[in-house]
Amino acid sequence: MTEERIALTKKERLSVALRSTILQGSWNYERMQNLGFAYSLMPAIKKLYPQKADRAQALKRHMEFFNTHPYLASPVLGVTLALEEERANGADIDDAAIQGVKIGMMGPLAGVGDPVFWFTVRPILGALGASLAMNGNVVGPILFFIAWNIIRWSFMWYTQEFGYRTGNEITKDLSGGLLKDITKGASILGMFILAVLVERWVNVKFTLDLPAKKLAEGAYINFPKGDVTGAKLQEILGQQADGVSLVKEAPNTLQNNIDMLIPGLMGLLLTFACMWLLKRKVSPIVLIIGLFIIGVGLHVLHVM
Amino acid sequence: MSIISMVLVVVVAFLAGMEGILDQFEIHQPLIACTLIGLVTGHLIPCVILGGTLQMMALGWANIGAAVAPDVALASVASSIILVQSGHFDSAHITLAYGAAIPLAVAGLFLTMIVRTLAVAMVHGADKAAENGDIKTMERIHVTTLMLQGLRIAIPAILLLLIPTSAVQSALNSVPVWLSDGMAIGGGMVVAVGYAMVINMMATREVWPFFAIGFALAAITQLTLIAMGAIGVAIALIYINLSKMGGSNNGSNGGSGDPVGDILNEY
Repeated sequence: MTEERIALTKKERLSVALRSTILQGSWNYERMQNLGFAYSLMPAIKKLYPQKADRAQALKRHMEFFNTHPYLASPVLGVTLALEEERANGADIDDAAIQGVKIGMMGPLAGVGDPVFWFTVRPILGALGASLAMNGNVVGPILFFIAWNIIRWSFMWYTQEFGYRTGNEITKDLSGGLLKDITKGASILGMFILAVLVERWVNVKFTLDLPAKKLAEGAYINFPKGDVTGAKLQEILGQQADGVSLVKEAPNTLQNNIDMLIPGLMGLLLTFACMWLLKRKVSPIVLIIGLFIIGVGLHVLHVM
Repeated sequence: MSIISMVLVVVVAFLAGMEGILDQFEIHQPLIACTLIGLVTGHLIPCVILGGTLQMMALGWANIGAAVAPDVALASVASSIILVQSGHFDSAHITLAYGAAIPLAVAGLFLTMIVRTLAVAMVHGADKAAENGDIKTMERIHVTTLMLQGLRIAIPAILLLLIPTSAVQSALNSVPVWLSDGMAIGGGMVVAVGYAMVINMMATREVWPFFAIGFALAAITQLTLIAMGAIGVAIALIYINLSKMGGSNNGSNGGSGDPVGDILNEY
């Protein structure tokens, strides 16, 4: 290569990390942390792509959907920095590869961050500070604030650096077609995780009741009309313990019937419907407002 | 309350509002927000006690994915203002302020949803700027949206400073349940739009089967996202290794790197 290699300095990486502090600033219902991610990367993009066309491409690339735990975005940023750096130096890394790496990492990482930070570290520090504060001790809030931010910042900086170094090693080995494998692997992982996210996070639940199902003879307990002897009572209690129904009819809801096919089916269908509408150039804003209206409307009609 | 105190309260409210969405410095947590309002109004200790009490309630509240927890920022800011405005700092009034915090936390959800929906339109402005490589405009949009989140708490704080407490509470009670519940249901559905956009971008004939596997696995198991990630990586590795097999180069170096395959071949 005749050209000078462009590499990101520590100063630029630090600037990216500092900017990622306001990652969630423009959190929105459509693509969530997308602008925040692009905002964090800007110092790197400025350095790596001096040409305006390349720069616009890079900015657009990072305006795609992104959402993870705000601190766990740091390792993703680190890997992305390494990939972008290689790309700027002429490596054959396409948009799908970068997007695949981002999506493949964001879901599982959010799954690490939520239990660790929101359900372990914060409750522990919070409870410690609160127990002091409830007695009117100002040390409580001060302790919470300082301890939290030391943990947060050191975590964010070191995981971003770790992601950057790891990402660089991945991209160094271009000879063995490793990069092509990573591209394919990333999009496989990306699609796999997207499906999981659709199943877990798209909530479409119907509350509509269907007419109750009549149970077959023997599926419910036949209570005798007259007095109950000890033996009969024993039999009835035995049946109940075996899970035989107490009443002749089983309650039946629309949601139960749908869940019997596969849970999350309606969310999947909704996602497919959105994909179809988006391909027909329906604006995402129209979709979002429409879904809110549908949500309120169906709730008023007692369907949801 | 003096004018300077009022201005400082609004500043704290603004910071807490931004933090409620950033979740970084944790200024919006009751422990910090109530303490700061106590500090600027000169009623530090009762506000610290209120903050500690509220913090205990809010320990498990967290923003996860697209779901928003009850708005602790509004709850802590507004309840401390109510406490300070009431003029009494005994434990009964701290309890009263604490009680007011809960409906306020729920009401705050609404405001967050509104700003997050507004942000959709604003981020579209950033899309246009991105096409022109206009970094300055994108930065400005990002920061403006963040400021809107600050205003989401600062404006109610100003109103609370001006309006008597009783009027605030009756206003809160007038939000109909059908509207708030319906909005929450809509909020559960709108995330589909974001996923749909990414799937449209990534989907190829080759990777669709992996989507199907992921969906079915997620539906029938309780596996965590970390476990799912591990399975996803494993499937991707298996696929890539298998797709290389049967190629022309496989015969020459058949003895390397794949012990299970070698054993099978020797049978």
